[in-house]
Amino acid sequence: MTLSYCLLLAAALFCVGIYGLLARRQVVAILLSVELMANAANIVFIAFGHFRGGPTGQVFTVFSLALTVAEVVVGLALVLLLYRRHGDTQVLLASEMKG
Amino acid sequence: MEALAFGIAAGCALLSALAVVRSRDLVHAVLWLGVTLFATAVLYAMLGASFVAGVQVLLYVGGVVTLMIFGVMMTRRHDGATAKLEDPASARAAAVALALFVAVAWAVLTTDGLDPVTPAPMPPAISAADLGRALLHEHVLAFEVVSMLLLATMVGAIVIARRRDPGAEVPRTLDRSAATVPAGEAAE
Repeated sequence: MTLSYCLLLAAALFCVGIYGLLARRQVVAILLSVELMANAANIVFIAFGHFRGGPTGQVFTVFSLALTVAEVVVGLALVLLLYRRHGDTQVLLASEMKG
Repeated sequence: MEALAFGIAAGCALLSALAVVRSRDLVHAVLWLGVTLFATAVLYAMLGASFVAGVQVLLYVGGVVTLMIFGVMMTRRHDGATAKLEDPASARAAAVALALFVAVAWAVLTTDGLDPVTPAPMPPAISAADLGRALLHEHVLAFEVVSMLLLATMVGAIVIARRRDPGAEVPRTLDRSAATVPAGEAAE
C-alpha cells in the first residue's frame, strides 16, 4: 500500500464516476456518480495526509464530506421539484429553458 | 498482509462503483453506492484516519444512502414502465472516462518521488483529538463557514422542495395531490 496505488485507485473511481455522469440520464443516477467522484477526491486527501504527515488532509476530508452532504440534499430537493413538474426525472426534461 | 487487505478493499470499491454506474435499477445502484462508500471507509481506517472512517460510515452509509433511496422511491414513475437509464452515447462516455484515466495514471506513474525508495516508518495515526484541535484552532474560520453553509442548505432545500400551491404543480399523469398535501397547508 503506497501513495501511488492510492492515487491510481482514486483516479479509477473518479473515471467510473465520469462515465456514470456522461452515460446516465436519470437525475438521481447522475447524483450517485457525483458522489463517486467526490469520494475519489476524499481518498486523495486522506492518502496524501497519511503519507506526507499532518492532520490537514483529514481536515479537508471532513469539510468535503459536509459539502457533499449539502450538495446531495439540495440536489434531491431539485429532483423532487423536477418530478413534481414533469412526472419523471429524466435530466433532459430540465432543458425547457434552453433557447 | 496489508497489501492483501488494501487489494480487497480497493477491489470491492472499484467493482461496486462499476455496479453503481451500470446497474439498471436505481435502487440497486444506490445500494451499490453504499458498498463503495463502506469499502472506502475501510481504506480510510487503513490509512490512519479512523475518525473520518467512522464519520463516513455514519453519515454516508447511514445517512446519504437512506436519503437517496428516499429520493428514488419518491420520484418513481407510477405507470410501471422502467425508465431507460442508458444514453446511446455511453460508448463515447466510456472513451472519455478511459482517456482521462490513462492520462491521470500516466501522470501518477511518471512523477518522481511519490513513493520513497527506502520504506519510511509508518507515520503515526492521527487521533480524533488531533483532528479536533486542528479543526478548532487553525481552521476555525472554515469550520464556521461550513456551519453557515449547512444552515443555508437546510433552508434552501426546504424552500425548493416546498409545495407552494397545492394542486397547481401536480404532475399531469397522476392525481395524488390530496394525499400529499402537508397538514399545515391543508388546514389553511
